[in-house]
Amino acid sequence: MTNEIVIKTDKLTKKFGDFTAVNEISFEVNKGEIFGFLGANGAGKTTAMKMLIGISKPSSGSAEVAGFDVYKQTEQIKKNIGYMSQRFSLYEDLTIKENIQLFAGIYGLTDKEIESKGEALITKLNLQNESNKVVGQLPLGWKQKLAFSIAILHRPKIVFLDEPTGGVDPVTRRQFWDMIYEAADGGITVFVTTHYMDEAEYCSRVSIMVDGVITALDSPANLKKQYVAGSMEEVFIMLARKAKRGE
Amino acid sequence: MRTLIFLLRKEFLQIFRNKLILRMIFVMPVMQLIVLPFAANYEMKNILLSVVDNDHSEYSRKLINEFTSSGYFILSDVSPSYEKALKVIEDDKADLIVEIPRGFERDLVRDNQTKVMISANAINGQTSGLAVSYSNTIIKEFNNRIRAEWIQQPRLNPLPVVEITSNNWFNPKMNYKYFIVPGVLALLVTLIGFILTSLNIVKEKETGTIEQLNVSPIKKYQFILGKLIPFWILGMFVLILGFLISFIVYGIFPEGNFLIGFLFAGIYLIAILGFGLLTSTFAETQQQAMFIAYFFMMIFVLLGGLFAPIENMPDWAKYLTYINPVSYIIEVMRMLVLKGSGFTDLLKHFGIILLFAVVFNGLAIFNYKKTT
Repeated sequence: MTNEIVIKTDKLTKKFGDFTAVNEISFEVNKGEIFGFLGANGAGKTTAMKMLIGISKPSSGSAEVAGFDVYKQTEQIKKNIGYMSQRFSLYEDLTIKENIQLFAGIYGLTDKEIESKGEALITKLNLQNESNKVVGQLPLGWKQKLAFSIAILHRPKIVFLDEPTGGVDPVTRRQFWDMIYEAADGGITVFVTTHYMDEAEYCSRVSIMVDGVITALDSPANLKKQYVAGSMEEVFIMLARKAKRGE
Repeated sequence: MRTLIFLLRKEFLQIFRNKLILRMIFVMPVMQLIVLPFAANYEMKNILLSVVDNDHSEYSRKLINEFTSSGYFILSDVSPSYEKALKVIEDDKADLIVEIPRGFERDLVRDNQTKVMISANAINGQTSGLAVSYSNTIIKEFNNRIRAEWIQQPRLNPLPVVEITSNNWFNPKMNYKYFIVPGVLALLVTLIGFILTSLNIVKEKETGTIEQLNVSPIKKYQFILGKLIPFWILGMFVLILGFLISFIVYGIFPEGNFLIGFLFAGIYLIAILGFGLLTSTFAETQQQAMFIAYFFMMIFVLLGGLFAPIENMPDWAKYLTYINPVSYIIEVMRMLVLKGSGFTDLLKHFGIILLFAVVFNGLAIFNYKKTT
């Protein structure tokens, strides 16, 4: 793995009035990493992610994503990232093909690319028979795999996944993570939040956020060693218990 | 440009897949233009008349005859006293009482003057007002006729008599449908443009798809044009459909230039869509958007001059109609359809509506943020 840094934050902070949702977080993410961004509900994960993808202005601190500044260059950041939110955000009343065309088109792929990449995507997900069905009719697991594939169709430098596997069955989750590995092998950096601790074990490095602050950041193996724990779940519970903020 | 084409394609696919909205776009103009003008009837016919004739003379019968032969009144009741006649009104069996006093004929002949009392049921102020004014006209005519019978006209009339004849310009038969249909059409276009646009965007907020667009490199203007263009086309389609219906059903064909009407409606729609867009930047849920839209639609309708003439409003309400875009399109539609006004007559209207379009869209663009 090369040591090229694709995300770099320094004391990044977001305040809503008196409430500090994200408090001076500083970290770096290397190219091709799968970076797990963990934390209990309300710890500030989604807020932090929204600052990084350019849809929320930080209150203070600095950050660079794909080499661009999160204050001034949000539009350049948007060209270089993919994003999949915890809410399913493809158009349910469009077919699989139409969704692919729309999002590929928005990211400036040529007609030829849309055709060939779309075809490849549908074949890979085994959705040939469903390609002309509206997305709303698909089961949740298929939708999430489709949303992820579309989020990386334009080969972004970084893909941000906000609880991508929420509510998905274990088999599909496993398949989903195979897709994440494949993307990472292809050089796409993966920035992922999750509540599933078995998924945390798959990450190259994880950070754990408690009450808006990053309290731990290392590879799963090192963290387990440091906190003398058998699994990431134990590490997480040990740290998250100290949280003072409510749900 | 390419991005815009993708967005437009997406929007049209969604509109054509939404069967309910598609049906509404057809059904609404047809229903409203065919049903409403018949229901919102400004003419009064069949006013139920109750007569209290205390005189039973030749002249009193003549006067009653004038009423019943006018075509507006139906003699529904003859009561022996005013109190009895009031009961009839209470029972909703009469709208107007005409009481002829005892000695009506005698006073008329001897003193040259007498009185007739008219009482109208004013629960519906508009009806009673019309009924009273019809009665006034009838009594005046009755008056004139009697005078003509009595007074020997000198060969040369010493006093010049000025007779008032009225002539309703632009709507010679005073056909209220000519008056109301263009207005209903204007409201329809407003409703479709305003509500569909704001609901559409807020729906994207609710489902979260707008966030997916906000993290993409789509530019603000592309997003906004991607929303404006499809609904503009829909609105213009409804307008054409509406013109067709009013021609087929009512035989209304604009006296003025067709193209000017479309040009004005086109700019007007941009203004209204901008307002819908602006609404959507404030609302987070479709429920909120609907509520805001309803609030404004009521104001647009009531202060638009369709049902209540702007000329009759108090000053403060008149000022409000100046900032109501709907009042301009209703006026322009009427000027075009009834009066045949040309472009130069409408310059002021064009200028104002253009200003509305720029301000509403400007505010909407300013207020629409790609951030949360």
